[in-house]
Amino acid sequence: MTMKDISVAELEEIANRLRIHVIEMTTAAGSGHPGGSLSAADLMAVLYFRNLNHDPSNPLWEDRDRFVLSKGHIAPVLYAALAESGYFPVEDLKTLRKMGSNLQGHPVRGKVPGVEMSTGSLGQGLSMSCGIALAGRMDGKDYKTYCLLGDGELQSGQNWEAAMFASHNGLSNLIAIVDRNRLQITGSTEDAVSLEPLPEKWKAFGWNVLIINGHNVRQIMEALDKAAESKRRPTVIIMNTIKGKGVSFMENNAGFHGKACNQQEYEQAMRELKGVSE
Amino acid sequence: MTEKLAQRNYYGKALADLARENPRVVVLDADLAGSTKISDFQKVCPERFVEVGIAEQNMIGIAAGLAASGKIAFASTFGVFATGRCWEQIRLAVAYPRLNVKVVATHCGISVGEDGASHQALEDIAVMRALPNMTVISPADAYEAYAATKAIAEYDGPVYMRMGRAEFPTITEEGAPFTIGKAKVIREGGDVTLVGCGQMVSFCLDAAEELSKEGIEAEVINMSTIKPLDTETLVASVSKTGCCVTAEEHNIIGGLGSAVAEALSESIPALLERVGTRDTFGESGKPAELMEKYGLTAAHIAEAARKSISRRR
Repeated sequence: MTMKDISVAELEEIANRLRIHVIEMTTAAGSGHPGGSLSAADLMAVLYFRNLNHDPSNPLWEDRDRFVLSKGHIAPVLYAALAESGYFPVEDLKTLRKMGSNLQGHPVRGKVPGVEMSTGSLGQGLSMSCGIALAGRMDGKDYKTYCLLGDGELQSGQNWEAAMFASHNGLSNLIAIVDRNRLQITGSTEDAVSLEPLPEKWKAFGWNVLIINGHNVRQIMEALDKAAESKRRPTVIIMNTIKGKGVSFMENNAGFHGKACNQQEYEQAMRELKGVSE
Repeated sequence: MTEKLAQRNYYGKALADLARENPRVVVLDADLAGSTKISDFQKVCPERFVEVGIAEQNMIGIAAGLAASGKIAFASTFGVFATGRCWEQIRLAVAYPRLNVKVVATHCGISVGEDGASHQALEDIAVMRALPNMTVISPADAYEAYAATKAIAEYDGPVYMRMGRAEFPTITEEGAPFTIGKAKVIREGGDVTLVGCGQMVSFCLDAAEELSKEGIEAEVINMSTIKPLDTETLVASVSKTGCCVTAEEHNIIGGLGSAVAEALSESIPALLERVGTRDTFGESGKPAELMEKYGLTAAHIAEAARKSISRRR
C-alpha cells in the first residue's frame, strides 16, 4: 500500500477544488448532475489523493486499485478528480457534455484514462466490481476494488444480487461506499421506496458495515483504512452526506439532482466555494 | 441417415478443451450448468468456474468486470434469460465498452418443447442483433457449435451465440474450421436460394432434396453468422436464383429473415419468403409437433420455395 502522506487540511482543500470544478463544468455544459457530485466530493478527494494505489501516468497498470462509479451521473466529480490527479489536463474539464468531447454525460470505459467501466444506467456497478475483485483474486493480485453507489440506486435489485454474491465468495478486496444523501429525483428516498434500515440490510447480506459522516475527511480516511484491512468479508461504508454540500441553495435540494446553475446561481456558488478556499 | 447430436454437449466439450488450452477463459453459470453443459468446464476447471445463482443481470455485470480484467468470459444460461432478463446489462456493461464477453445460450427456439413459451427463445436474435458491437452466431449443428465456440474464444469482443436444446441432425464436418462472418454454400442450385441458421439448415437441405424431385434445384446457404451478415455470399447466390427463402427457429420479425431482407433490399431486391414463427409465442408440446404446428419443417420450406419461385418476375 502506497498511502500518500497528506494532511486533512490538504484533502479538504482538494475537495473544495473538486466542488468548484463541478459547478464550473456543469454550468458551462448547461446540464449535468451537481447535487450528487457535491455530496461525494470529500470521498473522491480522499480516494484519489490518499487511499487509491494508482498511477495517473500509467492508467492501465495491472496492480492498480480499481474505482467503479456505479452512480455514473456524478461523472463531473469523477472527471474533476481524475484531472486533478493528472490523468488528463484540467482544461479539458470545460468540454464536459459537449459534442466531440471524451467527457461524456456519463463515464465511458476506453474514452477517458482512469475510467474503469461504462456506467450511467443505475444498479450495475457493484456487479461489475464483483467481477473485477474476483479477477484480482484469481490472478493473485493485491489490488482493491472500490465501488461508489448512490443511495437511490439501491432500490434496484441487481445491487442485492451482487451483495449476496460478494459475501458468499468472501470478496474482502471489495469495498462499496454508499453516498447516503437521502435524496433522489422525486424527493426523499424514504418517501419513494424506503431504504431503511439500510445498515441492517447490508449486515444481513453478510457485509462489514461502517457508518460515517461523509463530509468529515478524517472519518473517511479511517473508514477506508479499516475497510482495506478486511480479510474475510466485503465492506460497505455508508457515508451520510448532504446532497449539494458546499453550495447553500443546493444543499438538501433534490431540484439540483440533475440541473445546472444559471448565471446568477453560478456566481453565488463560486463566491461561497471560493470564500472557503481563501 | 444423418447422425443427431445436441449442440450443448459439444459446447461443453469445447469449453472443457478451452479450460486446458487457454488460462484466460472463465465460465459463468446461473444455476443451469447441467442443462447448458458448462458443467463439463466446471469438472476440469472449478477454479475458473463462477456460480452466480439465479441472477442473470448480476452474471453479466460480473462477466464484464472479469473481461475488463483480461479474462475471456463465457456467460451461459437459457436463451430467454440470457438475452431478455439482462438485455440492458449486456448493452451497457458489455456491448458499449466492447468487452470480451461471450453470452452463449442454449434452449433457443420452439424445439425446447415441453417447457412451453416461457422457455422458448424466439426473439433473442432480434434483440441481440440490434446492439452495436455485438456479433450474433447460430451454429447449424453440434460440430459447428464446437468450432464456433473455439472461434469466438479467439475473437476479441462481444458475441451472442444461440443453440438449441434437442438433438439436431449433423450436416457439417467434424473439425471443419469456423470463420465468424463467413456463410457457407452447402448445396449448389440455380432456381432458388434457401438461407438457414441453426437446425433449419438441415431442413433446408431436406427441402432441397424434395424440390429436386420436382426439377427445382435449390442453393442452400448455412448462414451461421447472422451479424455481421455475409452479404457477399447471399447476393452472389440470389443474383443467380432471383428468389430467396429464409428459415429460422425464431420470430420472422427481427431475426435472420429480417437481416436477409435488409441486405437484399439494399442490393438486389428479390422476392423473399420467410419461414419462422409468425409473431407468436410458442406452447408446450413435443419438439416435432411444435415444429409442424408453427410451420418450421422441410415441407414448409419447400412450399415457401415454390411460392417464391412462382412470384419471381
